[in-house]
Amino acid sequence: MSKIREAFKNGKAFIPFITCGDPDLETTGKVVRAAAENGADIIELGIPFSDPTAEGPVIQAASLRALQGGVTTDKIFDFVVELRKDVSIPLVFMTYANVVFSYGTERFMKKCKEVGIDGIILPDVPFEEKEEFDSVARNYGVDMISLIAPTSADRIAMIAKEASGFIYIVSSLGVTGVRSEITTDISEIVKVIRANTDVPCAVGFGISTPEQAAKMASVSDGAIVGSAIVKLIGEHGKNAADYVGSFVNSMKTAVIK
Amino acid sequence: MADPKGRFGIHGGQYIPETLMNAVNELEKAYDFYKNDEEFNNELTDLLNNYAGRPSLLYYAERMTKDLGGAKIYLKREDLNHTGAHKVNNVLGQALLAKKMGKTRLIAETGAGQHGVATATAAALFNMECVIFMGEKDTQRQALNVYRMKLLGAEVVPVKSGTATLKDAVSECMREWVSRIDDTHYCLGSVMGPHPFPTIVRDFQAVISRESREQILKAEGRLPDAVVACVGGGSNAIGSFYHYIPDKDVRLIGCEAAGRGIDTFETAATVNTGKLGIFHGMKSYFCQDEYGQIAPVYSISAGLDYPGVGPEHAHLYDIGRAEYVPVTDDEAVEAFEYLSRMEGIIPAIESAHAVAYAMKLAPTMSKDRIIVLTISGRGDKDCAAIARYRGVDINE
Repeated sequence: MSKIREAFKNGKAFIPFITCGDPDLETTGKVVRAAAENGADIIELGIPFSDPTAEGPVIQAASLRALQGGVTTDKIFDFVVELRKDVSIPLVFMTYANVVFSYGTERFMKKCKEVGIDGIILPDVPFEEKEEFDSVARNYGVDMISLIAPTSADRIAMIAKEASGFIYIVSSLGVTGVRSEITTDISEIVKVIRANTDVPCAVGFGISTPEQAAKMASVSDGAIVGSAIVKLIGEHGKNAADYVGSFVNSMKTAVIK
Repeated sequence: MADPKGRFGIHGGQYIPETLMNAVNELEKAYDFYKNDEEFNNELTDLLNNYAGRPSLLYYAERMTKDLGGAKIYLKREDLNHTGAHKVNNVLGQALLAKKMGKTRLIAETGAGQHGVATATAAALFNMECVIFMGEKDTQRQALNVYRMKLLGAEVVPVKSGTATLKDAVSECMREWVSRIDDTHYCLGSVMGPHPFPTIVRDFQAVISRESREQILKAEGRLPDAVVACVGGGSNAIGSFYHYIPDKDVRLIGCEAAGRGIDTFETAATVNTGKLGIFHGMKSYFCQDEYGQIAPVYSISAGLDYPGVGPEHAHLYDIGRAEYVPVTDDEAVEAFEYLSRMEGIIPAIESAHAVAYAMKLAPTMSKDRIIVLTISGRGDKDCAAIARYRGVDINE
């Protein structure tokens, strides 16, 4: 069983997303450790991309800050080596197809294995284009995380059957970002997933409060939060670790209730 | 495992969020049905002929030919279409398709504003809601077209993210489409993006070469030796090339915007300076750095100021069927002025890139040779910017 799937064995999981290098990698290191110490089960590490078409304004701005700060894919790999000295929970990269493709998919996945990355999420790679990346990722024991959207309908079964690690359920239409209300019937989607696989599934997009996280985790195996955390980092900059730590603590407490 | 769809050699594909997959599948299904539907094709032909003014003229540019002293130059006059550019060919097709699919709202990106104006026009004609995304920098470069779109009833959203140009307008359209799929069709303006857009847009623009092939055969009794067109995303170029692709003796030449030169960073010549990548739904050539970050490209032309090129062009380049040459700002501006004075035709600054290359090519060819040069749009929209380039403030 992959390390990612094991992370779901202790009950509902909480998965924060953090953009690497926003505002610098030293801060990212502190934030990641604070999240891990406060109950994060898996951490998504964003490798910033110049044109993140699936992101709302908060993560777009963070990506820009990180790139302007000079972060690169190689610097992020080195950073993960440092992290792995004391952070043991699963780490998953979230980035865009071109970041992996231009690095060389083989070279990228090999490096993931070497530094201790457990999975990868590419929001612009749907089921039909997945094999190009997944066939390489599999060889290096990296789980390629599949996404399922509110519009997936008859595609859910097909996607679930080939899923590995965990399934990322996109809660709402649109891009990432804080939403006051999530109206998609997640339990219906989960029902179809369950009929086709035992891979765990977590819900993301638009979750910012403990109440929302608890509600989403109650109908799935966990909650993913990105923009709300990235916003805290944007507000508090180099001093963000404590704020993120207590936020993660409140979210983790909410999901395991 | 499903087969990847919409490939041109290794290029193309569908690199988009899962949320959009059923929308593009639905579009593909609808297009596969309507492209062979007699009623749809009759309606579209009627619109093209009686609303857009097709067929467009193939005009023998006699003064230009004599002045350059080489090959005979024919201009394919897409500038004479309603709304002033080739964009209307694709937009009428897509708007009609969207209407048949039950969509009530069109969204589109625009660079120079020509595609935005064409989309706003079709939306007015079909009584559809219309929102145009345009880089903020381009709304300033092309203020007249912003006014035209608003006049036609469209909402124009200035895009401030990234470089605030065409690529950011495309990104914002994708973000908008992912938020509202049910009633909205994304009327993509070029032969780019995820399958089936590169095929749909190419098919609708292929009317250019379908006509020009017949017209040149009628005028000269033979095919041209070269077809020349400008390339940003590449829709007028693929339309100009398409029906000549099997005719191996016809050279197909795409003119890319080199900006201040392909040896500088201020360029948008994708095939000449880019490398293979994945962006905006497709695998193709893109201007990017060593880590795959998309480069901030530059051209005087807002319509060619895009860091990628359509996947079919990338493939035609790979197999050596088409050539892609860089043309600088300076050369394009000179050609803009040249065609205005020589033939009384003011070309769009985008089209002027093709004119500039034809001016270099024609004198190297003998007088019994023929060039078909596509004037993709008219240049009224560019007059203020070109005047500024020449240091004249006309207070527009």
